[in-house]
Amino acid sequence: MDLTELTIKQAHEGLKNKEFTSVDLTEAYLAKIKKSDLNAFLSIDEKWAIEQAQEADAKIKAGEFSMLCGIPCAIKDAIMVKGQKCTAASKILENYIAVYDATVVKKLKEQGAVILGKTNTDEFTMGGSGENSAFGPTKNPHDKTRVAGGSSSGSGAAVAANLACFALGSDTGGSIRMPASNCGVVGLKPTYGAVSRYGLIAHASSLDQIGPMTKNVEDAEIVFGAISGKDEKNATSVDYKFENLNVDLKGLKIGVPKEYFVKGLDKEVEKIIKNKIKQAEELGAKIVEISLPNAEFALACYYIIVPCEASANLARFDGIRYGLSEQDGNLLDVYLKSRGKGLGPEVKRRILIGTYALSSGYYDAYYKKAQEVRQLIRQDFVKAFEKVDVIFAPVSPVPAIKIGEKADDPLANYLMDIYTISVNLAGLPALSLPAGKANGLPVGLQIIGNHFEENKILSVASCIEKD
Amino acid sequence: MISKKEVQHIAKLARLELTEDEVGKMQKDLSAILDYFDLLKKAPKPEKTAMKGNLDSSRKDEVISSNDIIGQIVEAAPDKKDGYIKVKTIL
Repeated sequence: MDLTELTIKQAHEGLKNKEFTSVDLTEAYLAKIKKSDLNAFLSIDEKWAIEQAQEADAKIKAGEFSMLCGIPCAIKDAIMVKGQKCTAASKILENYIAVYDATVVKKLKEQGAVILGKTNTDEFTMGGSGENSAFGPTKNPHDKTRVAGGSSSGSGAAVAANLACFALGSDTGGSIRMPASNCGVVGLKPTYGAVSRYGLIAHASSLDQIGPMTKNVEDAEIVFGAISGKDEKNATSVDYKFENLNVDLKGLKIGVPKEYFVKGLDKEVEKIIKNKIKQAEELGAKIVEISLPNAEFALACYYIIVPCEASANLARFDGIRYGLSEQDGNLLDVYLKSRGKGLGPEVKRRILIGTYALSSGYYDAYYKKAQEVRQLIRQDFVKAFEKVDVIFAPVSPVPAIKIGEKADDPLANYLMDIYTISVNLAGLPALSLPAGKANGLPVGLQIIGNHFEENKILSVASCIEKD
Repeated sequence: MISKKEVQHIAKLARLELTEDEVGKMQKDLSAILDYFDLLKKAPKPEKTAMKGNLDSSRKDEVISSNDIIGQIVEAAPDKKDGYIKVKTIL
């Protein structure tokens, strides 16, 4: 039996029945990570991982233990784990050691999960392919010449290649769903506020959410249940208790946005998504064509709001408080040179766009306008959810691209996010479910739900997964 | 097309040092991206309704004390003295 192939539930059963120990599991994963050439992990702490596993084994022996106890996992390197490096895949934080645990990490530790290490990401989570990491791109386990999708590239690749039983990612405009789709795993972007952002290095605070990346839907539900809920340390987190739901696809209304099936969507991807829609229909669901009339503005809206928030959030990386510090010259030189040297091209690009859009004379035309359009996009979804229970859509217009394919064209990269960003602008939950393969490359189906209806999304996904 | 001078000005506002090459590249990239934003001019005005959902109610300031890690935070700073983060003279 290859222990690394087990799901959370299967591993839990094995631990319960004393078929193996958490140390056995952890060692199996560590051995695989060390052999892997995917660049999925930026750091691992073997000694600490084994210690955590030993503690978990003691709990298991005592008999009282939760579902995640002793289960090895990986954490995106934009999420703080106390005492471990937290680089956000940036040179400016290359040697930064986190001084506290993110709330999600604290919750996983309380459950007894074993943290194997920190996974690769686009620098400061800015990207959709994983190529913007200062430490090299993550390779796709299905084809190493291709990207794993980003920004949670390492988390997606790690779960797909059995380098971790599950992983945490974060999603500002598709950063959980894109790598989940590209790598063929399940990824859930929760409702804004469902999971605490405390300890997640901020990208765009009105959009960022942490969520699970797992081998199947059941595991996503287990991890989401463990990490969600109100946190006094994150004012935008909401008092919310996840409750399991079993929906019947019979009579369930599934919306299909007509604006999403247009030019630009790869034919193979379209076929796979339409097959899944047909499958749901055969299982008894009612398919309803819906319209999201402002969908065409979503990308421009998103790429104004995100850089504006990012330019403010990243002001803290100034060479004074954390990480890389270039000490030559006066105070202004410290700022200019530390940031100039420590930050990569995409991060600089976003800071510049944000600074431009927020500057005097441009604020109304860009930021204010984008906020208005954001309202329109939210209203589109409010209207849609008056008619349907969930929405089916592609995650990405194409399967995983070749490494370097779009490296010199930032706008072409941004266009890859066309199906994922609206969900963040509207604060909705959405899941990427493996739906099939196009020329050997995984393609994800996106299931979008109404606010705090993760349980409905997960239940629908589970029906389709099991069929 | 925005000018090189504008790029340099924004970079200075954003406290970013850019090389000559970077200024040229950013001029090209930023111009293409800003042109794309023109699309929003076509967008309709929103109806006068308040934002629905949890966004508005969640902006209340809550001061949480985490005194236990102040020492470690200072320790993580590149330059420090006597429990304080050290900054170069500004006057």
